[in-house]
Amino acid sequence: MKYHSPDSFHAAAEISANAPGSTRFLAGGTDVLVQLRSDIFTPDNLIDIKNIEGAKAINRSANGDWNIGAAVSGAEMNENEELKSEWPGIVEAVDLIGSTQIQGRATLVGNLCNGSPAADTVPALIAADASVAVQSPNGERIMKVADVPRSPGKTNFQKGDVVKNVIVPAKKNKSSDAYLRFIPRTEMDIAVVGCGVWLQLSADGFIVSARISLGAVAPTVFKVDSAADILIGKQLDDDTLHKLAATASAACNPITDRRGTVEYRTHIAGVLAERTAKIAYQRAGV
Amino acid sequence: MNNIHVRTKVNGDEVDFLCDPRETLLDCLRDKLHLTGSKEGCGTGDCGACSVVLEGRLVCACLVLGVEVEGQTVDTVEGIAQGQDLHPLQEKFIKYAALQCGICTPGILMATKNLLERNPNPTETEVRYWLAGNLCRCTGYDKIIRAIMDTAADMREAG
Repeated sequence: MKYHSPDSFHAAAEISANAPGSTRFLAGGTDVLVQLRSDIFTPDNLIDIKNIEGAKAINRSANGDWNIGAAVSGAEMNENEELKSEWPGIVEAVDLIGSTQIQGRATLVGNLCNGSPAADTVPALIAADASVAVQSPNGERIMKVADVPRSPGKTNFQKGDVVKNVIVPAKKNKSSDAYLRFIPRTEMDIAVVGCGVWLQLSADGFIVSARISLGAVAPTVFKVDSAADILIGKQLDDDTLHKLAATASAACNPITDRRGTVEYRTHIAGVLAERTAKIAYQRAGV
Repeated sequence: MNNIHVRTKVNGDEVDFLCDPRETLLDCLRDKLHLTGSKEGCGTGDCGACSVVLEGRLVCACLVLGVEVEGQTVDTVEGIAQGQDLHPLQEKFIKYAALQCGICTPGILMATKNLLERNPNPTETEVRYWLAGNLCRCTGYDKIIRAIMDTAADMREAG
């Protein structure tokens, strides 16, 4: 295994596209190093992106959009009070991943690139309508987070692509987000179901715009437009919440594994959609 | 050989070593620098026995490569006592018998020291969540938590 520490994302993309054999990018390493140490996968080339300028930065564009660098750790996001107040759902999704030690290293981009259908941050990012800036040897492009997952463990990135940063839109007036996941323990487990919700309200408290995303209940994290549509023009009365839960459950296509059965996951998805929507609604109204 | 020369600062001392890029920081600390206080429990970031502080941030040394610490600052359990004077946490762990086999103890000491530097007055719940990634199979955690709460109170009083 050859270790590379390039000083630009373009150089990282060039190495990834042209180096002989397999490649992996290294940021927090909480998945890559586990695979390496467990002899699951050892790449021929390991490309450490942490020494690239901007990779560890959280900053804002002139239009107010957030740019979260590919090597920013969960702990660094959690310590950014401004980000936390604008996008509490994204930060709480990050904060649910792993222990204090994992939080010190694990990254948002790593969680996305890992391609897990149970990734905690991906439903929150999709609900936030976040994008990623992708560098390839031929140039840079912007891709919606919702378009990244392809199948369990796979993404729609191409060889030579490297994610520079996540772009989260500036917070809109009277809007907020929330993320909830269900696990059988209180800490340190993988989602049985995860749900991200973003809502925007009118001045008199009716929902004018909504996005909902579910994790761990299909081969990929996905956006549930049918459930979001239920909310438009409504307040969160009981009838609306029941319809929301039924629609979210109906959109599920989960598997049975040791964490939960198909029936259980399908039911919980509806329960979480209701609860997450209530939190986002309350936050948006403030 | 693909060995890479790494220069770093461990417990305040400038050190350097040669390592294969696949070797973890934990391997390098134990086998090259002979700092064997950090333990390998699981090797996959679940148990926290290898907890060290990298650039002020608590991490699992088994999930960091040796080559990644070039130019960085690493603190391990060997650095927490001042000569023969134990750190207050170490004193309290002995007083409360907050260890049995001792494998998890270096990691728990590093994790707790890092917590108290950030938050000198944590609640018991905050301590338990902070230590969720430090597994102890002997004590049942109760003595550990009591030792930590008592240390925190003493350290606040001492200012």
